[in-house]
Parts: sequence; structure tokens; C-alpha cells
Amino acid sequence: MNSAGDIAQVIPQAADYIRILPEIVLSIFGMVIMVLDPLMDERRSQKTLGTIALVGSLAALAATLFQSRFPGLGFGNMVRVDSFSVFFHFLVAAVAAVVILTSYDYMEVQGIRVGEYYALVLFGAVGMSLMSSAMELVLIFIALEISSISTYILAGFRRRAAISSESSVKYFLLGSFATAFFLYGVALMFGATGSTSITVIGDVLRSGHIPLLAYVGVALMFVGLGFKVAAAPFHVWTPDVYEGAPSPVVGFMSTAPKAAVFAVLLRIMFEADAPGRVALIWVVAALSMTLGNIGALVQDNVKRLLAYSSIAHAGYLLVAFAALPNNGIPAAMFYTASYAAMNIGAFAVISHIGGKDERYVTLEDYEGLGRRSPMLAATLTIFLLSLIGIPITGGFFAKFYVFSAALQANLVGLVIIGVLNSAVASYYYLRLIIVMYMREAREEVPVAPVPFGLGTALAISLAATIYLGVLPGRVIDYAARTAAEWAR
Amino acid sequence: MNALDGSLLTLVTFIPLAGALLLLLFPRRDRDIRLFALVVSLLEFVLSLHLPVHFQRGQGGFQYEVNHLWISNPNIHYHMGVDGVSMWLVVLTTFLTPLCVLISWKSIHERVKEFFILLLVLQTALIGVFVALDLFLFYFFWEATLIPMALLIGMYGHGRRVYAAVKFFLYTMVASMFMLAAILWLYAKTGTFDFVSIQTAIGNGQVEHFAGAATWLFLGFFIAFAVKVPLFPFHTWLPDAHVEAPTAGSVLLAGVLLKMGTYGMLRFNLGLFPAQSRSNAWWIMVLALIGIVYGALVAMVQPNMKKLIAYSSISHLGFVVLGIFSFTQAGLDGATFVMLAHGVSTGALFMLAGILYERRHTYEIAEFGGLATPMPVYATFFLFIVLASLGLPLLNGFIGEFLVLSGAFRDRAVYGILGATGVIWSACYLLWMYQRVFYGKVTHPVNLSLPDLSGRERAALWPAAAIALLMGVAPLLWLNAIDPAVQTVLAPFAQLASKMVIR
Repeated sequence: MNSAGDIAQVIPQAADYIRILPEIVLSIFGMVIMVLDPLMDERRSQKTLGTIALVGSLAALAATLFQSRFPGLGFGNMVRVDSFSVFFHFLVAAVAAVVILTSYDYMEVQGIRVGEYYALVLFGAVGMSLMSSAMELVLIFIALEISSISTYILAGFRRRAAISSESSVKYFLLGSFATAFFLYGVALMFGATGSTSITVIGDVLRSGHIPLLAYVGVALMFVGLGFKVAAAPFHVWTPDVYEGAPSPVVGFMSTAPKAAVFAVLLRIMFEADAPGRVALIWVVAALSMTLGNIGALVQDNVKRLLAYSSIAHAGYLLVAFAALPNNGIPAAMFYTASYAAMNIGAFAVISHIGGKDERYVTLEDYEGLGRRSPMLAATLTIFLLSLIGIPITGGFFAKFYVFSAALQANLVGLVIIGVLNSAVASYYYLRLIIVMYMREAREEVPVAPVPFGLGTALAISLAATIYLGVLPGRVIDYAARTAAEWAR
Repeated sequence: MNALDGSLLTLVTFIPLAGALLLLLFPRRDRDIRLFALVVSLLEFVLSLHLPVHFQRGQGGFQYEVNHLWISNPNIHYHMGVDGVSMWLVVLTTFLTPLCVLISWKSIHERVKEFFILLLVLQTALIGVFVALDLFLFYFFWEATLIPMALLIGMYGHGRRVYAAVKFFLYTMVASMFMLAAILWLYAKTGTFDFVSIQTAIGNGQVEHFAGAATWLFLGFFIAFAVKVPLFPFHTWLPDAHVEAPTAGSVLLAGVLLKMGTYGMLRFNLGLFPAQSRSNAWWIMVLALIGIVYGALVAMVQPNMKKLIAYSSISHLGFVVLGIFSFTQAGLDGATFVMLAHGVSTGALFMLAGILYERRHTYEIAEFGGLATPMPVYATFFLFIVLASLGLPLLNGFIGEFLVLSGAFRDRAVYGILGATGVIWSACYLLWMYQRVFYGKVTHPVNLSLPDLSGRERAALWPAAAIALLMGVAPLLWLNAIDPAVQTVLAPFAQLASKMVIR
């Protein structure tokens, strides 16, 4: 190897920049917001900054579309643009846009006047986007940290509420702990295979003898990532953090970072061919589904209820990871998309109903909602039906693909656990629907009319949920192409 | 056949839904909303009449078929079609819905918009169940009936409505999980959800591991249908649901929803699993007989008029199941006819009960007595429908039960004899109730001033009474379409029987 070639590799080319174009766009918009924020009048700056952030996330969407025409490696095999990364870039940017739309009026109602909020959403999106295209464990770690640190801060944004600070601190402490596990796993993996590149690791592991160290490395990395997606037994933080964090943020952190971490897991599990995958996933998936659903049964706080539900959904999603790559990968990708659509919609409704200081978040507060604001109640009902998995919603096909992928891998036991869990889960989602429609409110909880931003956010997530339920074909076909690309 | 035929079923299925979506945009002026719902449901009824008018009566297969690819992975088709059985069930649905709108005119005065939206959505789902020929589509419509019905009970019902709604929902939801499992199994082995393709594949023995799984699959479907019918001992949700439901909910619940179960048995249990149907028929028929007698006996002692009618439904639907699992031409013809006749007459009975409830806010039989004096027209209608329901010859109840019993006799005499007692029981409880409510002196002074039927209420009852008479005097109008369809369903059974003889 000559030194001139090395230098040529180190100096980034235009192509390299295209590979991280969405991240660049998001970072620029984030920094613009940070710069403008102190220069503007605090009282009027919010809408402007929010709009800039919205434009930023839409620009990132456009950048992703542009980037998708130039697939390939960049920065010396550190990042790779393929249909897989494009899928998750798209998802993250779309979720960020919806969250920003939801936050407009939420911030106004809560009286939070801090511009960094929108910047942090964008910076978080940078990390999440990068996670899905990173091909290098160390880069993944950095991306994970960018995304995590943003969400730690976002979780504490209701500064006046002690519960929000508790949420932020808890998330930060446990989260750092988990990232340390991940880093440990990376180190052991490097020891076992001599590389931190996912491609090289995959080649080494496929070539024959698998050192014991690799198993330990995978397990430790999985602990770190399992924490981030709230899989049992690493889920204990979830209800507390979700309860305290601002609702739009919960919508954000229960969908986008999760999707990104699942993307990383897919890369590690399938592209690097992690050893011990099926056994590890089997146990964690079964635990998450069961513990999540049982926990949700007894919740009276809607945010906690959905926190436990998100644990269960992480479990359903993990089932796909135990399946074979050719249908497990598309099933998992479809699931992340449909879960993002329905969950972010549900949290958008919750953030609106919560009102000032999120006072109205218990089941009782939802009594008679079907009468007071029929449209909002009907929208939430559709999201809940999708979370149950009723046909013609995205949630149905998500479960369908995951379970049929698992059946094709002969994981009958896991599928039975999953189906039984879905039956149990229908109970607690129904409870919320029943409360909304069939109980009279003891105390009239005021519901403000739906503002434009929130309305748009709801319309987008509703359309996505129904679209994935009525015409899942295009998305699942796209995802299946990704799996085929990897197999080559 | 003309250009309309290709899209007719789509139109018939989705016009109510389109109406519901338009209602969503309506301002909350209750009168306009009611009127619009009535217009939509009448339009729908007129359109659905196209089905029997242009139906090729001599043919057994599916007509007005539409078949398009909907989703390629999983392989789901938008496949619809009707035969003589499902066509009449569709018409029954479209016939009852305008009556439901009329009967709910005054009794629903809160959240009117939501009520009629739910009613129309329910109608779409019900029609979809009867026309779907793709198992996935069928399952979707099947589940889709659940939500509006549960909401109708839970939002507009009486006292313990939430309990009744949840019980109804959970019972049917859990039972249909078994059906979903069976459907997914079939999909995994055949790669299609299409009813006709799966039927052919099973018939030709092309499905792997079918022999081992067949009984379980049969039971998976059967349990979902049995809960819906409801067959004894799965019936406990029904009285609760009926007593708490608003009148229109009860009419559609008894008139159409229960028939989803018996229709499902006829189409899917018999259609896909003939051999398993035959080997399991004995215990199903025993359960049906228990249902007939048990339902009648419990109806006899009910102090609550609506509960009495609910239990009488259990008894009548027992006849349907008995007829279906007799595997005779007469039995299946009769079963289908009972489904239609029961839909009309029990629907009318629930409307009559609802009319009384609007006036007195109670269903307790003891609260009435001597009503023939203040409400003579009402009493006449009531008597007519009671006579239709208990199977008086020349009215609609008779011919179906007669056919079922003759079919059951041919299968095994004791089934026919036991079933026939059900006819006697139904005369007892219905006439006894009639006597207690209408004859004698007016015991409660408040009943003296009850107003007789209004024009709107008559408009809702006249069509039901007229059809009850027409079905009684000219049953062939219905049966000549049903007969070929039943022959098609029974064809594999003749082969089965001849195979057994050869062995």
C-alpha cells in the first residue's frame, strides 16, 4: 500500500459528502436555530424556530431522496448508503417533522420558551440517521451517543415539573450505563475478530470458528441496545421516563431512536451474522411481550400504559430478529414504520389532551372524550385499534409479517406466545376506548380545539397508519428488496 | 348481465360507508342527519334489489363476482360474489336498516350523528361478511362488525350497557382468534386466501398435512361461528347484549349479526371441511337441540320482554344449526329460510318492544296488561308478528321450520321429534306473553293513556308485516334461488356418502 493512496482515502470526496448529506442538512438547520435563538424575542421566536426546524426535517427528507440515487460506501467504508439506510433516514426525518408539528402548540400551552428544543430534535435525528447508515461499530457508538444525549435533555424539558427532571436524570444515568455496556461489547468484538467494521466482522464470523469472546461481545452489545429499545429485562426505566417526559418527546423517543437502534441491531444480527442470535432473541422477545402486556394491564396513567405497550411492541418486533433474514428483515422494517406511525399519533393526541402541565393523563380524564371531542377520540381509537392489530390498520400487517416470518423459521412456540399476548393486549387498549365512549365524565376536562400543527401531524400519522394497513405492498416490497441486497 | 353487475357488489357494500363518511361532514342538525341516513339506507335497499331481480335463479355458483388483486404479499384478493344464500342475507340487511333508522328516529336524541354513522358503518361490515369470498376479506369484515356494534350497545344502551358491550366484544373477539389461526394455517399451506381456490385445493387433496389438522381447523372456524349464533353453551353474552342494546342495535343484532354465525357454518364449515362436518355433526346437533329446548324454556319464565325475545332467538337459531348439520336438501333450504324469516319477525318483535319502551321505559311484562284497549293497532301488529314468529302456516315462520324438521327427520327421527317440541314451546311462551301484555283489564292506570302507533312507527312495521306474509304465501320466490346454492354446498356430501358405501 502506498502512502499516496492512503491520503487519497482520508481526504473526503464529494461522493463521501453525499453519503451523509441528510445528516449535514439536519446539523446545519440545528445550528442555525441555536444561533438565531438568543437573537430573537423570546415570546415570538418559538413559531419561527419551529418552522425552521420543520423545513430542516423536510430538507433532510429531500436530501435522503437525492442520496438514494447514489448508493455506496463513503468515508473509507465507514458509512453505507443502501436501500436499508434510506428507509430509516426517511422514517427518522418524517418522525422528526411530525414531532415538530406536534410540539408547536404543546410548547405554547406549557409555556416553555426555549429554542434549543427544536435544535435538539434535529441533532437527535442526526444521530439516529447516522446509526442506520454506519458500518463501523465505533461510528455507531458515536451516533448512538449523539442521539441519546439529545433525548436525555429533551426528556427534561418540562423544567418546572419535578417528574420531568426525574425522568431526565433516570434516563441519563441508566442510559449511560447501557452505552457503556455497548462499548464494552464493541471492545470484546474487536478482540474476537480484529475489526470494528461490520462487514469484516461478518466475514470473520462466517469463515468458521467462532471464538467464545464473540458470543460475549454480542451479548454485551445487545444489553446496551436492548436498553435503548426498552426490551425486557432492560425495560424498567421506561414507564417512569415516559411518564415524566413531555408527551411529544415521548412520541419521538418511543419511535425514532427505537427505529434507529433496531436498524443497528439488524445490521449486527444479520449483516455481521451475530452468533447465538436465535436463543438470545427468543428469550428477550418472549420476556418483553409478556412483561410489557402484564404491566400495561394495571396502569391508570395513559402515558405509563403506552410505555408498557411499547415494551410489548419491542417484543413483537424482536420476534422478527429470530426469523430468517430473507423475511425477518422486511418484517422488522415494516414493523418499525407502522409502529412509528401509530405510536407517534397516539402521543400527539395525548399531548393535546394533557393540557397545561400535562394534568390530564389518567384514564379518568378520558371519560366522555367521545362526546366532548369526537374527532380526537375517533383518531385515538384508530391508533389504538392499530396497536391491537385490527385489520386495515398498519398494526395488523406488522404483526402478520412478523409472525409469519417466525412461522417460516419454525418458531412456533414464540408465535404462540406472541398471539396470546396480542389477545391479552387488546384488553387494555379497549379499556381506553371504552372509557372514551361509554363512560360519562365525572369532572369535565376541558379540551382545546385542535390547532393546525397538531391537526396536520395527526392527519399524517393517520394516513400512514391506514395506508400501511390497506396497501402494505409497496413498503413491504421495498423492505424485501433490502433483504435481497444483503443476501448478495 | 350488464355493465353494472361487475361493480354492483362493491357499490352495495360501500354505499353505506360512503353515507357514513358524508354524515361526518354534516353539521349537527339532528333532523337532517336522520333524514339523510334514511335516504341513504333506502337508496341502498333499492340498489340491493337489483341482486335478486337479475339473479340467475337456476345456477348454484357465485354470481356478480368481482376479483382483483388487492395486496400481493400476503396474497389477498378483493374477491366478492353471492350465491342464493348470501344474496338473500344481503337483502335482509338492506331491508332492516331503513327500518332501524325509522325506529330510532325519536328514541335516539343524544349523539345522533355518531349513532347513524355507526349504524351505516355496521351495515357495510355486515354486507361485507356475506359477500366476501376471500378469507382475509371475510375476516376483516367479520371483525369490523364488532366495533360499531359494541359501540352502539355501549354508547346508546340502557343500564348495564358497558358490561354488556365489553362482554359481547370479548366473547366474539376471543372466539374469532381461533378462526384467524385456522385461516392463517390455510394460507401458510396453500399460499392463498381465496375461498374457491382453497376449497378446490382441499377437495383435490393438494394441501399438505391437511388430514392431521383438519379437525382443528374445522373447530377453529366452528367456535367463532358458534359463539356468534349463539349455540348453547356459548350463548350467555346474547341476553345481556340484547337487553342493554338500543332498539336498532337489537334489530340488527338478532336480525343479521346472529346469521353471520350460521352463514359462516354453511359456507365455511360445510364448504371447506365436509368430512369433518359429517363426523362432528352428532354433537353439534345435540347442542342445537339443547339450545332449542333450553332457549324456549328459559324464554318461558322471563319477566323481561326483551330477554324473552332474546332467548327465543337462541331457540330459533337452534333450528338453523339443526337444519345445516342434517346435510339434507330440505334441512339446508329450511335453515336458510329460517334465517331470513327470523330476521324479519324477530327484528319486528324487537321494534315492537322498543316502541313500548319509548312510552314506558321498561321491558317488564308485569308492568303492562290490557294494552289492547289503549293501543289497538299496536296490539294487532304485535299479534301478527307473534303468530309469524311462532310458525303459523301461511306466515314466514312456518315453512322454514317445517323444512328443517323434515330434514332432521330424514337424518334421524329423534332429532325431528325433539326439534318439533321447540315449535310447541315457542307457541307457549309467545302467546303467554301476548296474553299477559295485551289481554285482561288495564292494571296500571298509567298504561291507559299510552298513545297508539304513530305514522312513523307504522311505516317501520308495515314492511316487516307485509314481507312476513309474502314469505309465508310465496316461499318459492326465495327458495328457488336458495335451492341451487344449497345443492352446490351439498354436492361433496353426496360424494362422501357414496364413498362410504363403496368402502
